[in-house]
Amino acid sequence: MKLKTFFPLAVFALIALALGIGLYLNPRIIPSALIGKPAPTFALPAVKGRTAGFSTADLKGGEPVLVNVFASWCVPCRVEHPLLMDLAKKGVTIFGLNQRDAQGGEWLDEFGDPYKRTGDDRNGRTSIDWGVYGVPETFIITGDGHIACKHIGPVMPNDIRDKLLPALADLKAKGTTDKCSAS
Amino acid sequence: MFGQLMHRKFSVAALATLAFLVSASAFAITADPKLADPAQEARAVALSRELRCLVCQNQSIEDSNATLAQDLRIIVRERIAAGESDQQVKQFIVARYGDWVLLNPPFNARTILLWTGPALLLFVALGGMGLYYRRSKREIAVAAPVAPLSSDEQKRLGQLLKDGG
Repeated sequence: MKLKTFFPLAVFALIALALGIGLYLNPRIIPSALIGKPAPTFALPAVKGRTAGFSTADLKGGEPVLVNVFASWCVPCRVEHPLLMDLAKKGVTIFGLNQRDAQGGEWLDEFGDPYKRTGDDRNGRTSIDWGVYGVPETFIITGDGHIACKHIGPVMPNDIRDKLLPALADLKAKGTTDKCSAS
Repeated sequence: MFGQLMHRKFSVAALATLAFLVSASAFAITADPKLADPAQEARAVALSRELRCLVCQNQSIEDSNATLAQDLRIIVRERIAAGESDQQVKQFIVARYGDWVLLNPPFNARTILLWTGPALLLFVALGGMGLYYRRSKREIAVAAPVAPLSSDEQKRLGQLLKDGG
């Protein structure tokens, strides 16, 4: 048999492989257009019962931080909330972006507040500036206020272990990270 | 009697169809504030049809009832009312959500394969076909001419044909 005979088979295998990989990609995960860019300019008032609002300047404190978009109406936010409490206890700085929500303050009073500051994005415009299309979403921000990574959906223990903590450690040590695509 | 019944059935169906069409077009822009200028409103609708809803991914923001789609429709109208060009409005949204939001993807380094892929495949296939035909033609031309039958073979052939008949 000539090698030529196998040519169609090879082409078929190549196409099947490409389609097979495509089948296992998650179409819900849309790459952020803002990776590597400075965080958008914004200044949000505090949520009910709190005095500290949240603005762009808060992200330029020199330390890498997390920005978590949440809402009291968001069910997966309930799932990730205890994990964020844990992270905050471990000393990770997290800022909250409370999207389209009148009960953000009550929610934090009831379940605990992992955020250093929380901004009340009542009309969702700041979330749009951040390219948020679902809640929850979590951003990892460099010490000088650039967006390093974006995590879509609730943060799970393996995300914290394989992505958030290693990326934060990288950013702290050398200012850049390649851990964003993990898990 | 029968004819009358048919007639009534037909008008009920027509009414139902009409009602469906009217409600479907009414759905598209639920309770959104429209722009006063009809030309600007038409631009807003046309632009919204080109922008993908990020929540229900195969709908445009014009067709989607998701809150985000509604917000984006309002933003499109605000920007048009403020005098921005279609291109500027698109850039505003693309800067936040990436090329992904454009239902009609732009031609750039990342999408070059997407746009040229089909033509490229056709080109390769046509090339392969041409090569195949040229080779098979040459093989026929190269094949040795068939020698005429010897008298023995001629005799056997005659025999075989007679037996078969």
